[in-house]
Amino acid sequence: MKIHEYQARGIFASAGIPVPRGQAVSTVADAVAVAEEYARPVMVKAQVHVGGRGKAGGVQYAENVEAARVWAQKILGMEIKGLKVNTVLVTEAADIVSEAYVGIVIDRASKAPVIMVSAAGGIDIEEVAAKTPEKIFKLAVDPQLGLRVYQARDLAATLYRDIKLIRQAADIIMKLYDVYWKTDASLVEINPLITTPDGKVVAIDAKVNIDDNGLFRQKDIAAMRDLDAEDPSEMEAREGDLSFVSLNGNIGCMVNGAGLAMATMDLVKHYGGDPANFLDIGGSSNPQKVLTAMSIILRNPNVRAILINIFGGITRCDDVANGIVMAYEELRPEVPIVVRLTGTNEVAARKILKKINLESAATLDEVVKKTIELAETDADSAGRVA
Amino acid sequence: MSILIDKKTKLIVQGITGRDGSFHAEQMKKYGTNVVGGVTPGKGGTKLHGIPVFDNMQEAVAKTKANTSVIYVPPPFAIDAIYEAADAGIKLIVCITEGVPANDMMKVYDYVKAKGIRMIGPNSPGLISTDKSKVGIMPGNIVKKGPVGVISRSGTLTYEAIWALTCAGIGQTTCLGIGGDQIIGTNFIDVLEMFEADKATKAVVMIGEIGGTDEEQAAKFVKKKMTKPVVGFIAGRMAPPGKRMGHAGAIISGGSGTADDKIKALNAAGIPVAASPTEIPDLIREKLANKKAASTKKTKASAKTKTGARKKVAAKKTAPKASARAGAKAKKKSTKKR
Repeated sequence: MKIHEYQARGIFASAGIPVPRGQAVSTVADAVAVAEEYARPVMVKAQVHVGGRGKAGGVQYAENVEAARVWAQKILGMEIKGLKVNTVLVTEAADIVSEAYVGIVIDRASKAPVIMVSAAGGIDIEEVAAKTPEKIFKLAVDPQLGLRVYQARDLAATLYRDIKLIRQAADIIMKLYDVYWKTDASLVEINPLITTPDGKVVAIDAKVNIDDNGLFRQKDIAAMRDLDAEDPSEMEAREGDLSFVSLNGNIGCMVNGAGLAMATMDLVKHYGGDPANFLDIGGSSNPQKVLTAMSIILRNPNVRAILINIFGGITRCDDVANGIVMAYEELRPEVPIVVRLTGTNEVAARKILKKINLESAATLDEVVKKTIELAETDADSAGRVA
Repeated sequence: MSILIDKKTKLIVQGITGRDGSFHAEQMKKYGTNVVGGVTPGKGGTKLHGIPVFDNMQEAVAKTKANTSVIYVPPPFAIDAIYEAADAGIKLIVCITEGVPANDMMKVYDYVKAKGIRMIGPNSPGLISTDKSKVGIMPGNIVKKGPVGVISRSGTLTYEAIWALTCAGIGQTTCLGIGGDQIIGTNFIDVLEMFEADKATKAVVMIGEIGGTDEEQAAKFVKKKMTKPVVGFIAGRMAPPGKRMGHAGAIISGGSGTADDKIKALNAAGIPVAASPTEIPDLIREKLANKKAASTKKTKASAKTKTGARKKVAAKKTAPKASARAGAKAKKKSTKKR
């Protein structure tokens, strides 16, 4: 799960990491009020869940209150990579002497949190990693032992020469590591970490991504979820305990299991079709889930045909069949549906499906080819739920 | 033969009285797994499906001499269940639970590794050694005895691949799901190593997906260390970057972990990658046929000359690669021209 910069800097601030004064606002009047209160130059920063907002013009320097008003007007409501900006963060503008990068991520290979620091901060770290990897210093931390102060100091010493700056940066790295563990983060990042003319080290940006698997014990953070920033279908799917990702094609897919769902989508593409979504109904075979899944798929006006691929293991095919019948009767879809059910209780499932007239297929390749064919013939009839 | 589990496996089911634990305990027993006990705190002294239930792992292991455990407890308690199994002396821990926090797993990983324990998962469907033992949730009716080892990061996609093999008349030694999470106890390379050492396994199917670089590392391992042929499949060619595709580990981040990268790495290591799970049996057949051809050559070579030993290795190395890697070689040529 992603949280906004203003939320992440809130977490940093309570952990004792120095950040400039700032406030998140959603109206121009409030933005102006903040600028007036600070009575000095400010930054106006768009709060959206995409990278590259600076390049898109979503981060601006305002010399005075009037400039703050102009920028807040421009940025609030603007779209960055398809996402509307509803909130801006107004912070005191800092005088910058140098910019560094500090980040901590889960590293799958070393099975440890890895701290990365670079004196080349302020730009995309992936670019630094690609072009000048020698400018990044990494440390895999023993998760049992935690980060030791000397390690943080050694990392900080790759950024600065002045011991006063090194001490401050080491302290920030220690605190950032603490934030990483306490929030069940998968990534915490300060880019840039700056030094000021009066010798202070300050975090002027903040990024925290949370491991979804840790959310059950992170109630405060789970509540930070910005519902406006999310695809409503993906949100509904999450509430219904389904995994759903919107795509641009016209073939709605319903599959059990994430790997099989991906493989099914790949095969749709392989045979010349284009999937409208990724949807995994999961391991349990609750008919209600099938109903929710179907209604989410049908809400997409681009969908011309639906492909259902179930490999029964723990998932019982007859349960899924009952769900399909329920969904069919309740939603009355006008697009063709092709079903392939294999595995546990498939014979019973086929009997249940006889109640409604659906296309069926015996193999994975067949269900994919058949659905593509029907989507193409149905393309001009533009059918969907009445 | 098989890997990790067989008739000597003595299994404890952690969380046996839960919905999933109870159902699968019965399924595993039916398959022939030696399920010696189950654990649910507060339910000790009772029986379920004829399996004795204990209050804790210490007692369960002491009374049953179990060597393996399978975990079906919900995410908030799964980490503790792994520690409990490790402390009770279990040697193989299979964690089925989905949704375990990655940072906890990092600590557990180091802990069990230091004790020399093999951990599979979390978010794994478990494993089956055909006709011997089944630990986890894989359906027992889709496997068939034969020469192929199957490893995968997925659940149902694995079943699809196994089923394709079985329908084509190609059986399996052991089928194992390593789990779809970011931090898992056993990676592809660990399992490839075991299959390489297992006499009954003649070829391996490796099913990967987007996210991380485990497949790339496995490909390097196959090229350097494996004599047995490997066939691959990679899910997620369609996946958009930055989106989690169901599995916690299935996410393309910062341009790394894409299906294309993985397919390239596999091909470069001489591993053909199927476009559909249904193509896997043909690729396996081809590989096994090449292998046979190579070994016939090998016998001829060693019969003819006393320095056969050296030639044997050469034949083994070149013959199967020659045909299977034609594609890779052609690519190399074209790069040179450019």
